[in-house]
Amino acid sequence: MYSNKVQDFGTPARGADATVSLQIDGTPVTVPAGTSLLRAAAEAGVRIPKLCATDSLEAFGSCRLCVVEVEARKGFPASCTTPCESGMKVTTQSKKLGDLRRSVMELYISDHPLDCLTCPANGNCELQDMAGVTGLREVRYGYAGANHLQGTKDTSNPYFTFDPTKCIVCSRCVRACDEVQGTFALTVQGRGFDSKIAAGPTDFLDSECVSCGACVQACPTATLMEKSIVEQGQPDHAVVTTCAYCGVGCSFRAEMKGAEVVRMVPHKDGKANHGHSCVKGRFAWGYATHPDRLKKPMIRSKITDPWREVTWDEAIAHAAGEIRRIQAKYGTASVGGITSSRCTNEETYLVQKLVRAAFGNNNVDTCARVCHSPTGYGLKTTLGESAGTQDFDSVEHADCIVVIGANPTDGHPVFASRMKQRLRAGASLIVIDPRRIDLVESPHVRAAFHLQLKPGANVAVLNALAHVVVTEGLADESYVRERCDLAEYEKWRAFVALPKNSPEALEAATGVPAAAIRGAARLYATAGNGAIYYGLGVTEHSQGSTTVMAIANLAMVTGNIGRPGVGVNPLRGQNNVQGSCDMGSFPHELPGYRHVSDPAVRELFGKAWGVTIQDEPGLRIPNMFDAAIDGSFKALYVQGEDIAQSDPDTKHVQKALESLECLIVQDIFLNETAKYAHVLLPGSSFLEKDGTFTNAERRISRVRRVMPPLAGLADWEVTQALANALGQPMRYAHPAEIMAEIAALTPTFHGVTYDKLDRLGSIQWPCNDTAPAGTPVMHEQQFVRGKGRFVITDYLATDERTSRRFPLILTTGRILSQYNVGAQTRRTANTVWHERDVLEIHPHDAEQRGIRDGDTVALQSRKGETTLRAVVTERMQPGVVYTTFHHPESGVNVVTTENSDWATNCPEYKVTAVQVVAHVARSDWQRSFDQVADQQEALLPKSALLGGAPGEGR
Amino acid sequence: MDGRKLVRMANDIAAFFAAEPERKVALDGIASHLRRFWEPRMRREILALLDQGGEGMSEHVRDALRAHRRALEPAAR
Ligand code: SF4
Ligand code: SF4
Ligand code: SF4
Ligand code: FES
Repeated sequence: MYSNKVQDFGTPARGADATVSLQIDGTPVTVPAGTSLLRAAAEAGVRIPKLCATDSLEAFGSCRLCVVEVEARKGFPASCTTPCESGMKVTTQSKKLGDLRRSVMELYISDHPLDCLTCPANGNCELQDMAGVTGLREVRYGYAGANHLQGTKDTSNPYFTFDPTKCIVCSRCVRACDEVQGTFALTVQGRGFDSKIAAGPTDFLDSECVSCGACVQACPTATLMEKSIVEQGQPDHAVVTTCAYCGVGCSFRAEMKGAEVVRMVPHKDGKANHGHSCVKGRFAWGYATHPDRLKKPMIRSKITDPWREVTWDEAIAHAAGEIRRIQAKYGTASVGGITSSRCTNEETYLVQKLVRAAFGNNNVDTCARVCHSPTGYGLKTTLGESAGTQDFDSVEHADCIVVIGANPTDGHPVFASRMKQRLRAGASLIVIDPRRIDLVESPHVRAAFHLQLKPGANVAVLNALAHVVVTEGLADESYVRERCDLAEYEKWRAFVALPKNSPEALEAATGVPAAAIRGAARLYATAGNGAIYYGLGVTEHSQGSTTVMAIANLAMVTGNIGRPGVGVNPLRGQNNVQGSCDMGSFPHELPGYRHVSDPAVRELFGKAWGVTIQDEPGLRIPNMFDAAIDGSFKALYVQGEDIAQSDPDTKHVQKALESLECLIVQDIFLNETAKYAHVLLPGSSFLEKDGTFTNAERRISRVRRVMPPLAGLADWEVTQALANALGQPMRYAHPAEIMAEIAALTPTFHGVTYDKLDRLGSIQWPCNDTAPAGTPVMHEQQFVRGKGRFVITDYLATDERTSRRFPLILTTGRILSQYNVGAQTRRTANTVWHERDVLEIHPHDAEQRGIRDGDTVALQSRKGETTLRAVVTERMQPGVVYTTFHHPESGVNVVTTENSDWATNCPEYKVTAVQVVAHVARSDWQRSFDQVADQQEALLPKSALLGGAPGEGR
Repeated sequence: MDGRKLVRMANDIAAFFAAEPERKVALDGIASHLRRFWEPRMRREILALLDQGGEGMSEHVRDALRAHRRALEPAAR
């Protein structure tokens, strides 16, 4: 349950324009039509007792505590289910109402344990409150009658308990799971006195429950209760901040006891999540105080030397000295930096400023290189801005939703819940994915079309869809004429209309029946508002940028950009991918996506920073690796990224890192990259610093410090110290000052200040004089680039081909409970859902190879080999296998190749030709991984870790 | 830098622009992409590879490099 300090209005707000006026206890009130009496009263400051209603759920009307009297009406209607009508005169308190409410409470309390003083909900329990406000003084039935006090507690979920003895069967939990989360994991079993709440056949862990926590928030009693509250007690204050996991960017209240987090509760006023959350943000924050946290800066001369603890000053001076030594020896361009999508905007801004101003080159890149760089390129080329076009709320107005290469229920769970609400309310769904992701068929949601294409055929499918649109007369010609560059359109139109782009001609390449493509194209083009959502299944291909542009083409030709309900929406992986890209983390762009070759932009930044900015693009991450192996790149500063685990072709990456003379790693843990480092700077978690994150809908939200940085410095302070040591002065006293600089230098951020963020809660950029409160939907009047540009997107098969030796295609991805390289989530109880990475394989492929579910198998590609546990499942199509990269020892990227997107070098993680064979021994790479891990652990002084010895509790 | 890889990357870029019906537009597109996104040492190297015979390079890459050599050559530092 929310802490009592958050007001509960009882039923959801209504957005109607029409209003109704009535009187409540003699006070006139005016509310939007459709508002319940309960909510209207609450908004007017009148608190009607209630139990089964809460403002995240539609009213149900079962407890009858909220009864009121309405003049000239018979009986005592429940105020939660009665909508306001004009002229009503409502009385909320009378002798009769009091008696009715007391008798309801008497029944509840006669079957409720009376251990309030030792109950974890004490001080924050609605049942207790209602006993108080109704003036319950005695329970005439006594406590000896039939009751439910013998029930046993279900503690199977790692984060919350279910104590049926305290349940009042208000069904708020069931409705939260159905309406808010959309998982339908809970049921009310039995009737009347016998009714009880049940999760799955045995317990929560064994059920469909995905541990989002919505039921726990909705529960008015101690029945569903966070274990952290059971153990630590109720919080004393709360701070609003932003989840540091995925690109949904949920707003949370960090509920605190002093400087200790006792729970994270999704913030009702958060505009990205509207009070919902997933298991990661809600529960998996314990890594912040995990014993493995680094708390001391360390240096060493060789990667085989033991680490030596030093002071911050020594570490920074050493790092700066090494950078200058290397530049003197190998040239200005021999060093570079990598910014992190897990760090704040202010921090990434500082790192790229450090590289451009203090290192004196443009060798800065970010982890978006390996995920959404094609989004930046593709959307900038076609629409003029490297960002998604909509806000999340837009999905409420979509009539047809297309999901391409994304698995929102795992990757972007809170947005997936919103999407499912819209789908249950009637929007149609098209899924384009090689796997049968959960959305294809889940409770009360079913895709009209699942185009189960072969990995690597995205462009073929999109061209075929566009072919149907233009050849069947489904194009929105008037939109195109008004909004787009016509010459480019004509060229493109002629191209997609070619017979080679018909669904029939491409059937062999796509593996999708032509009729399904035709049906899907007609549905998307004619449904009304068509909205496309896509993920890394689009970008992480050799034709990643081409696919993004093909998506933009399709949206433009059907007139689906520039209003709510439509659009092109990249679902960003990490929390601040959008932000890190906005902040100039790419080697060819200064903040705000402005190319370094533009003299006016260089002049602007050069003046502000007191330096000359180089006019040549710098190295991208994969180029840095190649240059390192080649000997022309010698030092790298990596903030908050784990390139040794996340980047493809691990052996190549390891070789590059070993070639560096100075690798500076700033991270909260000794990650895989740190094993090759010479300077280790302890990082700070999102709970330990101030700043902002920008989510997938361009929403800038505040990150607020709730505890001091464990190692003494927040990440931005470390970069600042490094810049100062290099003679490039940085004198920020607070991240607000960094944001002021960003705003001054970046037109799309001109109107952003911390004050405004505090006032508005969050802001979607562009935010400037034309849009002082931000921009939910982009390209409304015209495209940012002026006229929308159609781009010819020829389908080219990837070079990665299957062969006799490697007959299967491996595609990689993510799952709900783990996050990216897993450094954080592996250090939480989320491991109960995903202890290790597994290889999903179709029964047919498994049988051919004599593989049974649970067997250890070897996964081999042209690049390398690793072993994984097999899961035999029909989610896969024959010929395609799937795994995740959350655990370093799985070595999935030992297998992936150097193939990459032609425009941005984003790696082709989604297509690797492999063979799978039954196997038991660990691969050579894994054995050497174990060896390196042991060696590096031995070189780490125990005192450098928060918990003493490394590896505890892993 | 790994010359084989650079040639392959250039070929991939060229393959995208080759879909452009007008050859000049395609060659301009290839060159402009290399100019905007390739760090000087990469451009220097691909030009050197061209001079050594351009092994493995597609026709489009060769022609684009030749046509736009001046713009692609990084300033000496
Ligand atoms: S578990 Fe809580 S929310 Fe669910 S029915 Fe029982 S009291 Fe109500
Ligand atoms: S935690 Fe979420 S998924 Fe699990 S039962 Fe509760 S509402 Fe449903
Ligand atoms: S991981 Fe994503 S969906 Fe889950 S709580 Fe955090 S921001 Fe929200
Ligand atoms: S709160 Fe209205 S019937 Fe329960």
